[in-house]
Order: sequence, then structure tokens, then C-alpha cells
Amino acid sequence: MQSNAALEYDYSVAKLFTFTTILFGILGMVIGTLIAAQLAFPELNYLIGEYGTFSRLRPLHTNIVIFGFTLSGIWATFYYVGQRVLKVSMAESKFLMAIGKIHFYLYFVGALLAVITLLLGFSASKEYAEFEWPIDVVIVLVWVLWGISIFGIIGIRREKALYVSMWYFVATFLGVAMLYLFNNMEVPTYFVSGGIGNIMHSVSMYSGTNDAMVQWWYGHNAVAFVFTVPIIAMIYYFLPKESGQAVYSYKLSLLSFWGLMFVYLWAGGHHLVWSTVPDWVQTMGTVFSVVLILPSWGSAINMLLTMKGEWNQLTDNPLIKLMVLSSTFYMLSTIEGPIQAIKSVNAIAHFTDWIPGHVHDGVLGWVALMIMAALFHMAPRMYKREIYSRKLIETQFWLQTTGIVLYFTSLWIAGITQGMMWRAVDEYGNLMYSFIDTVDVLHPYYVIRTVAGVLYLAGVFIFAYNMIKTMTSSRTLTEEPMFRSPMA
Amino acid sequence: MFHWLEKNPFFFAVGVFIVIAFAGLITVVPDFAQSARPVAGLKPYTVLELAGKEVYKKDHCIACHSQLVRPFKSETDRYGQVSLSGEYAYDRPFLWGSKRTGPDLHRIGNYRTTDWHENHMWNPKSVVPTSIMPAYRHHFTNIADIDTAYAEAVTVKALFATPYDAPNGTKLGSHEEAKAAALEEAKVIAGNMKNKDVKDAVANGQVPEIVALIAYMNRLK
Ligand code: HEC
Repeated sequence: MQSNAALEYDYSVAKLFTFTTILFGILGMVIGTLIAAQLAFPELNYLIGEYGTFSRLRPLHTNIVIFGFTLSGIWATFYYVGQRVLKVSMAESKFLMAIGKIHFYLYFVGALLAVITLLLGFSASKEYAEFEWPIDVVIVLVWVLWGISIFGIIGIRREKALYVSMWYFVATFLGVAMLYLFNNMEVPTYFVSGGIGNIMHSVSMYSGTNDAMVQWWYGHNAVAFVFTVPIIAMIYYFLPKESGQAVYSYKLSLLSFWGLMFVYLWAGGHHLVWSTVPDWVQTMGTVFSVVLILPSWGSAINMLLTMKGEWNQLTDNPLIKLMVLSSTFYMLSTIEGPIQAIKSVNAIAHFTDWIPGHVHDGVLGWVALMIMAALFHMAPRMYKREIYSRKLIETQFWLQTTGIVLYFTSLWIAGITQGMMWRAVDEYGNLMYSFIDTVDVLHPYYVIRTVAGVLYLAGVFIFAYNMIKTMTSSRTLTEEPMFRSPMA
Repeated sequence: MFHWLEKNPFFFAVGVFIVIAFAGLITVVPDFAQSARPVAGLKPYTVLELAGKEVYKKDHCIACHSQLVRPFKSETDRYGQVSLSGEYAYDRPFLWGSKRTGPDLHRIGNYRTTDWHENHMWNPKSVVPTSIMPAYRHHFTNIADIDTAYAEAVTVKALFATPYDAPNGTKLGSHEEAKAAALEEAKVIAGNMKNKDVKDAVANGQVPEIVALIAYMNRLK
């Protein structure tokens, strides 16, 4: 991984995706904070008429964070890391440059269409697979373009062995392709009925319990292949690069990678515990969820041990701090998930706020912190300017850390409280609480969670400001930094 | 072997694909046919109910409501009979949801009535003073899309052999027949409602979203 002075890498596509990462990050999290506030203060549902209710905005929030912010972050880093670990510049191939650019613009158009159609209420109503079929078609095209990019650049590489990050990027590509295709198998009704009704409408190829199985095989693993696998790709590149330390153990990388690939896909059943899917599928989901701790912690420990003997960097360099905190949250959320998958815990946790609590310590703590750290590392190399302000990164760090902790603690308490109240019975065996009692009790937690959201969001705005200042008006650099990113 | 794979991206990709693909095959495929079977006596949704389900999907009620009564006494006491796999056989997509900010709705048709829904959807706080559910007043003015619901019924009948037009089952018929039947059904529901705009619309041959939605919810039993 030594830097290759003779090669000028071309970051034009990475820069485009950096821009959308920031844009969708802000958009997704503004909506997220708004809908969090709506649960505490329902009057906020009526800001923009029928388009502003919690339920219309919630899919917008999830999809923008998943397919807007995170995918953009994945591609920004891919178009940066790919060239560097394969030792070839995109500028060497006109074809790949063109594909990269088409990839970006088609994605951007698709994303805008997706936002508009969801707002208008076109939805398949399957979580994280809400887009109607025309958007799905665009997504498939975008995905194929990314595939051409990956394998194209691999095809002209100078470095023969693929670095760990590339394993994870390739796996992301394959995993999402498979999951997305199978879960979104749907038939446009307009064509089958001979031109009746709305052309956007489609109906799922699977029904009932089968649809649930396929959906949560997808839903769980979309989390795997968007929120885990490519983020590991990032940390395997950026942590060693920023710290100047070699990855602690190659064997552990291997074990964690193949272990993760093998185990993850079985765990989807834990979303369906106590449902009508066959019992053995539920048990498999639980068992594999627990086994999943091994490869997950394997990667995280590999990263933490990479910093062995260099812990002083944690105080010196805020980017290291972000990345180390990020892998710590990864450990937290990968132990929490299996706990929730255990049948007796699931009976209480399922359907409660503990679940969004879990998702958010993963996404706010692990995914978003890592993506932001990666972009900070890339900025001085892409724009040839030092990072605008170290102080702002520190401020962002503390705002967001406080935000995340408030977020998940309040939702843990809310979830467990509600789960217990739903099942509480008096001495005669009658239910003790009406449903609305179990809603009223959550109000303070919803308020705290909103505050948490505001803190985190403030951090995102600071991040965006810092990035834009770095791009436009920071001190220019004459030489590419080797390891530690320079900052004012 | 792993070193070799790292230098041979094609085989690496094939390897990864095999490792990730077979979990899905093994968990989804074996029970597929069994899980697709309806419980005895289950009838396909009427066109009006389908249009109502579309409203439920469009406004993402699943963001806050489940449709899955789990096998615990606390749930059967609260909501009614445990949900069975075969009850969902005509649900495309399934609408179990993943979050109960509001109560489960799988048996809502057993204990809430048309006029209760009317009040509740117009202003939840009028029925449950501390409710945090949004009011859905636009359902009272937006017109439900009966044509698309009909197209969906035709599609599932043609492709997935959903038994429309079977003896004692749900009748579908031609496009015109289906529209007329949906309107008849809507008139019955509107008859139990008090909102004047809704009544006028139905009298004029149009079906507001709220009427379709209530038809759908009344069917959930
Ligand atoms: C923000 C979350 C939220 C959304 C979105 C939401 N609801 Fe609710 N719903 C609730 C809450 C909380 C309650 C319990 C308090 C009440 O009855 O209003 C409830 C109660 C209900 C009830 C009464 C259930 C019972 O057992 O008494 C029905 C019916 C209902 N909702 C239907 C809907 C429909 C249809 C939609 C979609 C158009 C919807 N809800 C969207 C939160 C929500």
C-alpha cells in the first residue's frame, strides 16, 4: 500500500459521489430528526399537508439514508480506494471514466425520481424495498454500471493481489445484486391487465409468509451488504492509511471475511421469530445470529489491534478517534443484534423501539462516523488542500457521540418498558395496561431521542461545512500527505 | 487457496457468490409451496378492499402498525386469535410490519366499526385523547384508484391462480362489472358514515380513499 509517486489518480467520480454523500446525508437526517420529533409532538405531522405525515416520510428517511447517503459514501470511497489499491488510474481508461460518470449521473437522476415518487405515495410497502418497478429498473442499471466499473478496473490493474477492501467491495456488489433482484420480483399490473390502471403499480410475486421470508432475507442482508460489508472495506483501507500502521492480522482478515459471507445470510430469520414462518427457520435465524458475533468481532478486533502501541494517536488525531469509535459501535451493535435474536428476548423486544434503537447505534455510530472519517481522509488528497478545521471535527465528534448515546439509551429503555407493559398482567391474569397507556409512557423518551437527533444532525452540518470549506478555501498542499491527514 | 483466489478475481467472485447464495435457497425454498396455501374458506380481496389496501400501502401504515398476532396469551387477549400462515395467502405484499407504535391491526375488523374509523382517521385525538397517530384527512377528499385495484386482481388471477370468480368466492367479472360492484360496496359503507363530502362523492359514483380503507380494515378479522 505504499504511495506510488508516478501515478496521478483521477478522482473526478469520487468527488461527484462525495458531493451526494453530503447532500443525502443532510437530507436523510433532517427528515429523520423531523419524524423523530413527530412521535413526541404529533402536531408536526401537518407541516406539508398529506406529504408530511410520519408514515409518508419514514420510507423517505430510510431510503435516503440507505440508498442516498450510504451508497454515495460507498461509491465515493470505492472510486478513491479502488484505483489506489489496484495501482491504476481511472484516467488510463477513457471507457472506465465514461462508465464512472454515467454511473454517477444515472444514479443521481434515479435518486431524485425515487424521492419524488415516494413522496407522492408510489410504494411497494416492503421495508427498504419501497420503490416501484420503474425505479427498480434504474437501480439495476446503476448497479450493472458499478459492476462494469469494479471488474473493469480490476481488469487493468497492476497490483495482482486484491487488497482486503476490494474483497469487501466485490462482495457488496454481488450480495446486493442478488438480494435486490429476488426481493423485488414484482409484476406490473398495467401490462398484464391490458392497460388498465396506473402504470407504476406492481404486485409482488410472493405472497404472505413467503413474501415475509424473502423480504427479511433481503431486509436483514441489505443491512449486511450496505451497512456492514462496504463499511468494513472502508475501515480496512482508511484506518491503516491514516495511522500508518499495518493491519494487525492477515489471517484474521481472511477468517472474518469468509465467516461473515457464510454466516450473515442465514440470520434473516431472526426478524420473523414468533411469526408464521416455519419454526426451524426461526431457530436457524437465532443460532446464526449468535454465531455472527465471531466474524463481526473478528473484523472489529483486527482493527482495534491495528492501533496496538499507537493509542496516543487517538488523542492526537481526531480522524483516528472517529474510526476507533466507529468500530467500537460496530462491536456494540453486533452483540446487541444477537441478543435481540434470542427467542425469549425477541418476544419482548420485537415491534418495540429497541429495534430502531439498535439500528441507529449501528448506522449513526458505525456507518456514518466511518463514512465521514473516510471523506475527511480523502479530502486533502482529492482537493490538495488541508482539512479546514480540526476544532470543528472535535466539536462534531462530541456532539455526535453524545447524540448517539442519548439516542440508543432512550430507545432501549423505551423499548423494554413498552415490551414489558404489553405483557403485564394483574393478579387475575388480566392485561394491566390499555395500548394507549403504553404509548403515553414513551413521551419523555421520544423527546430525548429527538434531542439526540438534533445533536447528531448539528454534527452533520458541521461536517458538511468543514468539507465544503476544505474543498474551496483551505490552505493548499504541495505534496500528498503519506499518512496522517493535515488539518488546520 | 485463499491467496490464489485473491489473484484471480473471477474465481474469487464466484466463490463469494456460492457462499452467500445457498443460505437463501435453503431457508426459503423447502417450505415455499406449503407456505403459499390459504386456510380453508379464505376469499380473495374484493376490488374495493384491494383499493383500500393500496391506501394502507401508500400512506405506509406499516410504519406504525403490525398485522401479526403472536402466539402469546397477552397478545391473544389484546387482539384476538393467533395469526395463521394461510390467512395471508392472498397478501401481496405481506403487511406484517416491524414496529408497533400503534396496536396490531390483523383483527381490527372484529372490534372497530365504520363510524369509529371515520372519527378516528379524521382526528385520532377525538377518540383517544393522547393518540400520537397522525390524522389522515386527505383520505376524505382523495379518490381511491379502483381501476388499478381491478388491474391487480386481474393480474393475480391470471398469474398466480388467485381464485376469483370461483363458486361462493369473490366475484371479479369484467372491468365494468367490477367497478359497479365496488361502488355498491362503497355505498353500504358510506351509508354508515356522516361526512357529507364522502357521501356526495359516493352518490356521484366516486369512491374516496377513506371508504376503500375502511372496507379493507373491516375485512381484517
Ligand atoms: C405515527 C404512528 C402511526 C401511524 C403512521 C399510523 N398509526 Fe394508527 N395508531 C397509532 C397509535 C399510537 C394508535 C393508538 C392510539 C389511537 O387509537 O389513536 C393507533 C391506532 C390505530 C387504530 C385503532 C386500533 C385499535 O385497536 O383501537 C387504527 C384502526 C389505526 N391506527 C389505523 C391506522 C391506519 C389505517 C394508518 C395508515 C393510514 C395508521 N393507523 C397510521 C399510530 C400510528
